[in-house]
Amino acid sequence: MMNIMKKPSVLLGALALGLILSSVSAQAANEQYFPLQSYRVGPYAAGGTGFFGGFIDYLQYVNLKEGGVNGVKFTWSECETEYVVEKGVECYERLKKGLNGAPAAATNPLSVGIAYATLERSTADKLPLITINHGRTDSTDGSVFPYVFPLQLNPYSEVSAIINYIGDKSGGLDKLKGKKIVTLFHGSPYGKETNPILELLAKKYGFSLTLLEVPHPGNEQQSQWLNIRRIKPDWVILRGWGVMNPVALKTAQKTGFPADHIIGNIWSNSEEDAAPAGTAAKGFISITTHPSGTNFPVLQDIDKTVLKAGKGNLQDAKRFGTVYYNLGVVNGILNVEAVRVAQAKFGKRPLTGEEVRWGFENIKLDDARLKQLGAYGLVQPLKLSCSDHEGGGAVRFQQWDGKQWKVISDWVQADRKLLRPIIEESSHKYAKEKGITPRDCAKES
Amino acid sequence: MEFFLEVLIGGLLAGLMYSLVAIGFVLIYKASGVFNFAQGAMVLFAALTFVSLLERGVPFWGAFAVTLLSMLMLAWAIERMVLRPLVNRPPITLFMATLGLSYIIEGLAQTLWGAQVHGLDLGISDEPFEVAGLLLSQFDLFAAGTAGLLVLALSLLFNKTRVGISLRAVADDQLAALSIGIKLQKVWMIVWAVAGFVGLVAGLLWGARLGVQFSLSLIVLKALPVLIIGGFTSIGGAIVGGLIIGASEKLAEVYLGPVIGGGIENWFPYVLALLFLLVRPAGIFGERAIERV
Amino acid sequence: MLYRESGQFSTSYLAEGRLFKLYQQRWGFYALLAFAFLAVPYLGNDYWFSAILIPFLVLSLAGLGLNLLTGYAGQISLGSAAFMAVGAFAAYNFQLRIDGMPLLLGFFFGGVTAALVGVVFGLPSLRIKGFYLLVSTLAAQFVVTWVLTQFGWFSNYNSSGVISAPPLVILGHDFSSPAGRYLLTLGVAAALFWFAHNIVHSELGRRWMAVRDMDTAAAVIGIPILQTKLLAFAISSFILGIAGALWAFAYLGTVEPHGFDLSRSFQILFIIIIGGMGSILGNFLGAAFIVLLPILLSNLSATFLAGVVDPGQLENLQKIIFGALIIFFLIKEPAGLARLWQAFRERSRIWPLRF
Repeated sequence: MMNIMKKPSVLLGALALGLILSSVSAQAANEQYFPLQSYRVGPYAAGGTGFFGGFIDYLQYVNLKEGGVNGVKFTWSECETEYVVEKGVECYERLKKGLNGAPAAATNPLSVGIAYATLERSTADKLPLITINHGRTDSTDGSVFPYVFPLQLNPYSEVSAIINYIGDKSGGLDKLKGKKIVTLFHGSPYGKETNPILELLAKKYGFSLTLLEVPHPGNEQQSQWLNIRRIKPDWVILRGWGVMNPVALKTAQKTGFPADHIIGNIWSNSEEDAAPAGTAAKGFISITTHPSGTNFPVLQDIDKTVLKAGKGNLQDAKRFGTVYYNLGVVNGILNVEAVRVAQAKFGKRPLTGEEVRWGFENIKLDDARLKQLGAYGLVQPLKLSCSDHEGGGAVRFQQWDGKQWKVISDWVQADRKLLRPIIEESSHKYAKEKGITPRDCAKES
Repeated sequence: MEFFLEVLIGGLLAGLMYSLVAIGFVLIYKASGVFNFAQGAMVLFAALTFVSLLERGVPFWGAFAVTLLSMLMLAWAIERMVLRPLVNRPPITLFMATLGLSYIIEGLAQTLWGAQVHGLDLGISDEPFEVAGLLLSQFDLFAAGTAGLLVLALSLLFNKTRVGISLRAVADDQLAALSIGIKLQKVWMIVWAVAGFVGLVAGLLWGARLGVQFSLSLIVLKALPVLIIGGFTSIGGAIVGGLIIGASEKLAEVYLGPVIGGGIENWFPYVLALLFLLVRPAGIFGERAIERV
Repeated sequence: MLYRESGQFSTSYLAEGRLFKLYQQRWGFYALLAFAFLAVPYLGNDYWFSAILIPFLVLSLAGLGLNLLTGYAGQISLGSAAFMAVGAFAAYNFQLRIDGMPLLLGFFFGGVTAALVGVVFGLPSLRIKGFYLLVSTLAAQFVVTWVLTQFGWFSNYNSSGVISAPPLVILGHDFSSPAGRYLLTLGVAAALFWFAHNIVHSELGRRWMAVRDMDTAAAVIGIPILQTKLLAFAISSFILGIAGALWAFAYLGTVEPHGFDLSRSFQILFIIIIGGMGSILGNFLGAAFIVLLPILLSNLSATFLAGVVDPGQLENLQKIIFGALIIFFLIKEPAGLARLWQAFRERSRIWPLRF
């Protein structure tokens, strides 16, 4: 020992080494990690690049602007899934352990298939699975699905809100009686999911409903639209995905159906869905959980601190403020907010997935808080709880003017009271199948 | 009745769009016996290149010329690197090579031009108009006209020009064609280049219809049953097959769909083609193979 | 030296019918089995089991199924994924609707259902050949997916059409941990590979190869073509069906019909092209290649190229590499990776001499 001490160079070396080591561990100990199962190639690349671009830019923004949350910086890494389920699973398994000691906060795959495949794994690994605006409807029931969060809007709320909007336009829900509505849906489990709810609503309000299926991928819709022409409906609800959307709009024009009586659902609402249809898309209405555009303080700020500094994630800067990008930003806001809420309870340090989950369940965004975040009007007021993992259930309607989306309505609320028993019935069936005892939410704080 | 006619006409016109893709297959199969699965990828590549050039401010005909040139280069590369080394291999091997080829072309197209969805406007409006109470689409008629022109031009090329005649010779008997001094490699390259041109035309029309994006390469699946019914070796067959498939799948969707469940358009053409095959194993216009031991 | 066959004779019919006639092969095989069954469960971690080993085993099994049909019996198919889907959904329903159905028996019935469906779509193979047969298998691909999405009964009226795995319990042992799922998959795969190895060395296997090489000639020498082809479809679909059930239950845990789409069929076809058609070993090599290459590429880039190359571009590059490799194999090594093993065997036979 003495010998070593006598040699200053060795001592210095050891010190330096110790410093490096400690700085590495100190840095790692103060970061929160987001594993990103992103997709930037393949048929759905347009959605993936926008969403993950917005998400990453928001995390970057929080890092640059505030130095993270309470000094805990965010870190992330990407793993390409190509929207393919087993690649998503591989990515999940690879990334779930965190990065350089920074624990993972939550996964955000933005893919129904991957979400389903990692749902049980997430619960077993205690890592929240965020399926913003999509996912498994019955996971809204947090007592059965403690780690799954279909934030803002689940598929059932989506159609309910659309019907409420149509009712509004017709002068009241009672005026729906005798109206004709056609739903054009993508020939996949996703497309079919809401059909029972539509049938239920049709019975309740007395409108006649026709369900027409478009086989995947949906690049031929002549016969469906000729059928629509024959039925002469008052409204067409478009439940599309990918290429099916622009083709629907083009074929509608070809068969003389007015675009302003087509209402697109949550996956038919982006620039990429409307723009390729050219002039045929003009007047097309769709729902959205967040307006596009850059007119929000938080987006202005991201532009200033991230994009102008050359640290933006988007390859094509023109896509800043588009629907998918803004969804990514909204998703970022909600994830970061959950971390913030959880830190207030568990301490200002990187948190485990279990702790972040508590954060998600206690998110409470009211108008005041949204104004603070610079996201008033961009994000709907949201309050989650142990039993309610959706929180919002409201949408706004927007119309395509040929170049961009214009918001044309205020928040339209879904009839969540009506839907809740259906959701619970389904989640309890799942709990029984899997032998899960639902949590008692009255006992959770 | 009116509705029936409308569906029928819509189906026939859509069928011609399928034929456009199928013609590319036929050309290549005729001359080199390759069942070219990469035709869909070629359509995607052509359309994506064209639209990306257009978006970068290149004028229409300039973009057309550059795209055509790149299709020629692609044909040359395919002949050199895939066909020539695989000469005299069983057709199944060649088919699988084109599967690999379609991966390469799809990857290449997206590497070069990105994965964004592009709109393509050919300047043909798609307002419907009515003739005697029947709804007709201007765009579909235009597409049908293009398909007709293409067939006319191709049959002129095949029957009247020197190149065309040597093409037919190669298609008939490769060995005999070689022995009278026809350069096989040159013929192949020309055929693949022509198929590339057909792919470009199909890409433009389909791109204007769907928007230019990845799923363009999936239209190859619509062209397959067309080929089966028409036969692999007949351009006229591709047209007739397209008309049959287009009309029957639309009528089936409208009239059969409500009975057994909608969305049958994906598999109906295949089942129909299968039924055809059981009656005529080489398609309507295909040549019957005679097997010797 | 290492691989010397000389001096090894079969002295009884039993010995003649052995799986591996050379003791080198035999002991190597036993060692490998022991390693896979005994050592790997202790050495591997969650990531290796869930993301690499299980998909590798399931895909080699699927490759085996297709290889029997395409590599041995010469019937090309683009509908492999459809038969996997049938197997998965059938096994799920047997499990769900018959109380107390043992898990493995459920798999077996899933396979049998897939075999029946395979026979139906194999029927046209008597009349149509070559590329035209693609249509029949593609029809299977589209019809099966459509039926499974269209009729809610198959997924027990799940609102998203998704089936999820029943509890993985065999004789009271729970196999739901990653290592357990690995052992379950390995056990089923080993049994089926043993079965397939025996079949291709039996009279039926010889008949398949005769039909593959030229079915008219095979008919002339008295091979019943219809029976032979249909058996190929049935056995191939049986194995694919069980692979599908494993894919759904042991690997992913949940699956929807679109998880078995055309690109999965292509993937399986690539496994046998790269691994080697008409080879049992080739299925493992091809599956290992298909599973490992993307993971390797994306891991490498995550470590070395993070931030330099766009992850999207990398995926495109991977696509190009795959395509190029397929063409490369077709040109340079039509017998696939399995040929490498043969070359190694020939080398080690004369080692340490060079010629």
